[in-house]
Amino acid sequence: MRPETEEDLAALIRDASAPLSVIGGGTRLWPGEGQGARLDMTAMTGVTLYEPEALTLVVRAGTPLQTVRDTLAAEGQMLGFEPDDLPGSTIGGVAATNASGARRVLSGAARDALIGVRFVDGQGQIIRNGGRVMKNVTGYDLVKLMAGSRGQLGVLTELSFRTTPLPQVTTTLRLPDLDAEEAIRAFTAALGGPHDVSAARWTPDHGALIRLEGLGASVAARSAELARRLSDFGAPSQVEDHPWHIPTPADPGHDVWRIICRPSQAPSLLERLPQPMLVDWGGALILAAMPAGQPPELPPFAGHARRITGADAAILPKPDPVTERIQRDLRYRFDPRGIFQGGR
Amino acid sequence: MQMPVPDASVLAQRSAIVARLKTALPGAVIDDPAETRAYECDALSAYRCAPLAVVLPETTAQVSQLLAICHELRVPVVPRGAGTSLAGGSMPTADAVVIGLSRMTQVLEVSPQDRLIRVQAGRTNLSVSAAVEGIGFFYAPDPSSQLACAIGGNIAMNSGGAHCLKYGVTTNNLLGVTMVLMDGSVVELGGPMGESGGLDLLGVVCGSEGQMGIVTEATLRILPRPAGARPVLIGFDSSETAGACVAAIIRAGIIPVAIEFMDSPCIRATEAHAHAGYPDAEALLIVEVEGTAPEIDEQLSLIREIAMRFDPVEFRESRTEDESRRIWLGRKSAFGAMGQMGDYICLDGTIPVTALPMVLAGIGDLSRQYGLAVANVFHAGDGNMHPLIIYDANAPGDLDRAEALGADILRLCVQVGGCLTGEHGVGIEKRDLMSAQFDPPDLEAQMRVKDAFDPHWLLNAAKVFPLEVSAPRRDRRLNSTASDAA
Repeated sequence: MRPETEEDLAALIRDASAPLSVIGGGTRLWPGEGQGARLDMTAMTGVTLYEPEALTLVVRAGTPLQTVRDTLAAEGQMLGFEPDDLPGSTIGGVAATNASGARRVLSGAARDALIGVRFVDGQGQIIRNGGRVMKNVTGYDLVKLMAGSRGQLGVLTELSFRTTPLPQVTTTLRLPDLDAEEAIRAFTAALGGPHDVSAARWTPDHGALIRLEGLGASVAARSAELARRLSDFGAPSQVEDHPWHIPTPADPGHDVWRIICRPSQAPSLLERLPQPMLVDWGGALILAAMPAGQPPELPPFAGHARRITGADAAILPKPDPVTERIQRDLRYRFDPRGIFQGGR
Repeated sequence: MQMPVPDASVLAQRSAIVARLKTALPGAVIDDPAETRAYECDALSAYRCAPLAVVLPETTAQVSQLLAICHELRVPVVPRGAGTSLAGGSMPTADAVVIGLSRMTQVLEVSPQDRLIRVQAGRTNLSVSAAVEGIGFFYAPDPSSQLACAIGGNIAMNSGGAHCLKYGVTTNNLLGVTMVLMDGSVVELGGPMGESGGLDLLGVVCGSEGQMGIVTEATLRILPRPAGARPVLIGFDSSETAGACVAAIIRAGIIPVAIEFMDSPCIRATEAHAHAGYPDAEALLIVEVEGTAPEIDEQLSLIREIAMRFDPVEFRESRTEDESRRIWLGRKSAFGAMGQMGDYICLDGTIPVTALPMVLAGIGDLSRQYGLAVANVFHAGDGNMHPLIIYDANAPGDLDRAEALGADILRLCVQVGGCLTGEHGVGIEKRDLMSAQFDPPDLEAQMRVKDAFDPHWLLNAAKVFPLEVSAPRRDRRLNSTASDAA
């Protein structure tokens, strides 16, 4: 099934009698997802409206992320939340998974840049929410509810985003010798000052990386100030073009766990995670490898851990019963026949 | 303004309900009509209705106790932060218990490492920033009522402010809440980075106007205070040119923290009132940038270069604190100045910034057609307009005419691709205009969310949705008796 219009899609959902698997590029699936008859969204493409001077882009869900990036770059703009550039990825998939990259520490997540949606619910009803203006409190914010809902409530057909100007200058301060815990302390120092840090990431290969963006004189002044602030951690080197988009593959025989936590609690979690692959967002995101099928044994912490590769879905800790009840209820109300629940 | 007929069975049980509340929370219940009258309205003071009773709890556990009682007795509840809503978001109904947050003002936690503060939801917006000022941080959303408004109300309305072009609105700065559902159950939403691991319930609760639950505690993102900030004032001989200059600044890749716009009726009124020394221009912009001194200089020189292309009648760059203060003085006195001209209604529609000239012309036409003056002052960078309609509350029919003009202006905002409200919320004020922006399935989808959180439609139920649209759901509650609930 590869609908070309919203009306076709709505009819197809109304007629569906078995679970569907809504797929854009299929690049961001988690364990347990992608089961059911394939509903391919890649025919619903195209930019509906782009007004650079209003920082507004409206685009159909099946449009490749690369096309969106090229369209914006031609006008000196970008998606501020910096989704990982996976080959084949669609903008609908980016919204449905709330895919957000390193710049989230400064510019927020996909859900923060998303200002309007159109979607088709489980009964085949076409629904609009939000719009094309960035300040809008008219009615409930279903835009946020749909962002990151991973196709459980409806099929996104069109998205409106607030765009961001491309920075004129980018520089990255690198402290290659720091381990993950030292890096988080350095990030806390950096993010605690008015430097507009646009990325604070650690990887085993590169050590700590802190990025600054903006106008030329401003970036120069801030990087000098920041280097002084970080002097306890060593003398940072400056890198002009670090690749921020490279995804980290898992070792064979291992699962990747994605942990969202408070940076202050990250060190106690890292003690139980022998193979950290990435620390991002100043310490609020950890990606770590675990032997296949083996969950990490984490002390109690504010946040959650989720297995994002491997066989079965797994999340720690379990959601509380009230939250669980509301989520189940919402899924039922948007999709009473369970069309979007294939395999979950 | 039409409100639903109060539930007769609730009114008949009034003394029993009050007794139950007093047994649960002695010392927190207000039921003397002379005292409940203080809660009969919020900042939309044209509409008033004293509630059945008011309760002022101090803890989440107490809010839970109160809601459980009201749920059991099927008594409607109206949550209230500081009562500063401009949309009637906390206006009571006669059959409702108002649960006010004014005694819940504590700071629960400050974590500079995690860049967050956790507060009780009755704390005022400005005092959140004050609590972290000493460690060099601030809380970004800054609604103009920030001295008085409560964080709980900010969350209910997803409040904005003058600086949201750079920092976003409440939803972009909210990491988590503790919320009590109507049945008394307590739930934690959000988490680090605002992420919960499931559906973004925090995202849909923010801006739900007190219809999903009562937020009792909030975890807020705090940001390092910028080294400094400086505004420029730019005057133009037409609104179109001012609008074009805003577009050019953004197009050049500069995102100032604030771009404020005032039109000539507004400039003249504020000048007469506040004597800020504004030029006699058709339109003016106040553009503010932040950073260290060299960073500010760099941005302002770019802005000057852009502005000069539009032949401004004035370009005034602040060099001192005092000059900055004078530039902001007129803008900050604008609403007070309008108050000198008469009574006014403040609208809050948002438009795509590209539609600005067309909308300003349209507002001018409507203003002449209705014979009522309209002054425009607004956040130009994000298209959030605040047209002020001047009328005379003592002239019979004037309020109705002003409201009708307001409705036409908001319909115009929707027609050009904008929305009814950018930061004030729908409340009762714009409730019946919702059908101008949304089709029935769009409203139905929103009401389904309320069904999941508040199945009996007891919380703030006469708001947000046109009464005839929400009637089937609200009436279902009236037809179910208290014994059904048990």
